[in-house]
Amino acid sequence: MKTKSLLTMATGSILKNKMRTMLTMLGIVIGVGAVIVMVAVGNGAQKQIEAQIKNLGTNLIVVTPGSTAAGGASQGAQTFNRLTVADADKIKSDATLLSAVSPVIVTRTQVITGKGNWRTEINGVATDYLTIRDWNVTSGDLFTDDDVRTKRKVAVLGATIVKNLFPDSDPVGSQIQLGHVPFMVVGVLAPKGQTSSGVDQDDIVLVPYTTAQARLSGFSFLGQILASASSPKDMIAAQEEIRGIMRDSHGLLGGGADDFTVRDQTAIAQAATSTTSVMTGLLAAIASISLIVGGIGIMNIMLVSVTERTREIGIRMAVGARGSDVLTQFLVESVVMSLLGGVVGLALGFGGAAILGHVMGWSTATPLIAVFVAVGFSAAVGVFFGYYPARKAAALDPIQALRYE
Amino acid sequence: MSTPVIQIGGVEKVYHMGETDVFALRGVDLTVSAGELLAVMGSSGSGKSTLMNILGCLDVPTAGSYVLDGIRVDGMSRNDLADLRNKKLGFVFQGFNLLARTSAVENVELPLLYDRTGRWMDTRAMAVEALQRVGLGERLDHQPSELSGGQQQRVAIARALVTQPTLLLADEPTGNLDSRTSVEVMALFQALNEQGITVIIVTHEPDIAQYAHRVIDVRDGRIMKDHVVAAPRRAAEDLIAMDAEAAAIAAGETREAA
Ligand SMILES: Nc1ncnc2c1ncn2[C@@H]1O[C@H](COP(=O)(O)OP(=O)(O)OP(=O)(O)O)[C@@H](O)[C@H]1O
Ligand SMILES: [Mg+2]
Repeated sequence: MKTKSLLTMATGSILKNKMRTMLTMLGIVIGVGAVIVMVAVGNGAQKQIEAQIKNLGTNLIVVTPGSTAAGGASQGAQTFNRLTVADADKIKSDATLLSAVSPVIVTRTQVITGKGNWRTEINGVATDYLTIRDWNVTSGDLFTDDDVRTKRKVAVLGATIVKNLFPDSDPVGSQIQLGHVPFMVVGVLAPKGQTSSGVDQDDIVLVPYTTAQARLSGFSFLGQILASASSPKDMIAAQEEIRGIMRDSHGLLGGGADDFTVRDQTAIAQAATSTTSVMTGLLAAIASISLIVGGIGIMNIMLVSVTERTREIGIRMAVGARGSDVLTQFLVESVVMSLLGGVVGLALGFGGAAILGHVMGWSTATPLIAVFVAVGFSAAVGVFFGYYPARKAAALDPIQALRYE
Repeated sequence: MSTPVIQIGGVEKVYHMGETDVFALRGVDLTVSAGELLAVMGSSGSGKSTLMNILGCLDVPTAGSYVLDGIRVDGMSRNDLADLRNKKLGFVFQGFNLLARTSAVENVELPLLYDRTGRWMDTRAMAVEALQRVGLGERLDHQPSELSGGQQQRVAIARALVTQPTLLLADEPTGNLDSRTSVEVMALFQALNEQGITVIIVTHEPDIAQYAHRVIDVRDGRIMKDHVVAAPRRAAEDLIAMDAEAAAIAAGETREAA
C-alpha cells in the first residue's frame, strides 16, 4: 500500500477517537516533558557550576596545612604542621612550572569607617594574588611589592564592602580602620559573585600579607598558599613539584607522610560537574520511567483497539489486505500517536523548563541532542509497544475476524 | 466452452469442537461457468456460508480441490489468498460489513488501496464511478450510519465491483432488507451479471432465487439438487410493475379522498 494512503488511514482512525488518542498520548507527553525539564535543570546546574569554578582562577593550585590522607586527626609534629611565608618563598624561588605564587593569611575583623562598621574576612596576600585568582580592580590599584616589603597599611576592598560602606562615593584614598589599625584604601575589586557553595567572594578586604602578619592576625602562619601553573598541561607536574619543595621545606625528605595538602581546583571542578551529571542522569532516568509507563499505556490502548476493531480488520482482509498491511497500519498508528505525544511533550518540556527557571531562579539549558533523543525515543516507544498488538491484529483469521461480535 | 470460473471437487470442511467433529461440508463438487447467475439455497446450518467462504478464499477447505479462474487455490499461502481476493473476487455480506465512521466513497475505495499490481490510477474517481453505478452518486460522503439498509448494501456492492472482479459472491445479501429493496438489489446483481460478472448468491427466499439462472440446493453439507431455471424473472421489470401498482393504489386513495 502507498505510504500516503497508509498515513491518511492511520491519522484517520486516530482522529476518529480523539478523546482516547489524547489520553493515550498524555503518557508520552508527560514522559517526554519530564525528561526535557529534568535534563534542562540538571544541565543548567552543571553549566552554572562550571562557570563558578572557572571563576575561582586559572590553573589554580591550593596548598593547605594538614594532610587529608591522614584523616586530619593524627598530626604528630605540630610545629611543622603549618604553612609559613618561608614555604611560600621557597615555592616561589624553586618552582619552575609556576607563573605566580601568593601566601594567604586569613583573619576576620571589623571594617570601621565614618559611616558604619562591617565585619568581614581580611586576606593578607602578595601582589600575585589577583593574577592567580584572575581578578581585577575597577578603581585605584592593587598595592605594590614595595608596599608588601615595607608592610604599608594599605587595603583593597571587595565590591560588597564598597556597596555597604561607600554606597555613593569612590572609597579610593579614604581612611578606614581594620580593627584598631588605620588603613588607606588604594583600590576596589571587580565583583566576582558567589562560589558554588554560596560564599560571597566580594565580602573581602585584601591587604599585604606582611602587614596582616604584623598588625592584624597576631600569628605568622598562613591559611593557604595559592599558586598558578604556567599552563593547563603542567597542572599535574606543577603539583608534584610543589609537593617536593614542601617536603624539603618541612624536613620530610627522610620519610613520613605529607603534613600539607596540594590540591588542584580542576579536580574539584571535575568532581562537582561529575556529581551534577550523575544527578542529571538520575533525574532523566526517573523521568524516562514515565516515558515507559506512557508506552505501556499505548500498548494497552492498541490491544483494546485491536479487539474492538476485529471486525474492521476482517473487512480489510476480506477485500484483500495482507497480514503485513494490517501490521503496518497498526504500527503506523501507534508510532504517529507516540511521535505526536513526543512533539507535544517537547514543547511542554521547554515551556516547563523556562517557567521553572524563571520562578525558581535556576539556570536551565536543554542540549539539542536531548530533542532528538526524546523524539527518537518516543518513536521507538511507539514501535516497541505497538508491535505486539499490531502482530496480534495481523495474525487474525479473516473469517473469525468477520464473525467477531 | 471457456474455462469455468469455479471448479471444486470433493471439498470437505470439518470443524473440531473439542471431542466432536462438525462436518460442515461433506464432499462438494461444483462447476460454475463464466457469466452464470447462481443461487445457493438450503436450510439453516446446511453449509451454505461455509461453501461461500471457501469459494471466496476467506476460508480454506479441510480436503478437496479448488480451481478459481484457472488458478489452483488449495494450498495457497495466506498472502496469495489475500491477493487473490483483491484481484478476482468481490464479496457482499448479509450484515453489509462496511467500515463504520468512514464515508461511502472511502469504503468503496478500500480494496483499491490494497492492490499490489499497481493497475489503478485514480482510485477516488473509480470509487465515485462505482457508487454512481449502484445509484448512490449523491451519497458519496455519507457514513454507513447515515444510510438506509438498502443503501448500505449498495455501497457494499459498489465496493465488491470496484476492482472489476471475475466473481461476485453474496451471502444472503437481501437477508436484512425489505422485499422491495431486495428486488432492487437483485436488479443490480442481474445488471452486473449481464455485464459479464459471474454472480453467486446465497438466499433463503425462493422469491429471490427466481432471479437466478441456476439454483443449487445444499443439505447437510452436500449438494442435493442442481437445476437450471428455465425463465428467470427480471428484477428490473418487477420493479416497474411494483411502481405501477403503487401508483394505482395512490391514485385510488386520492379519488376516495376527493
Ligand atoms: N467456526 C465454526 N466452528 C464450528 N462449527 C461451525 C463453524 N462455522 C460453521 N459451523 C457449523 O457448520 C455448519 C454449517 O454452517 P454454515 O454457516 O455454513 O450454515 P449456513 O448454511 O450458512 O446456515 P444459515 O443459513 O443459517 O446461514 C453448521 O452446523 C455450523 O454449526
Ligand atoms: Mg449462512
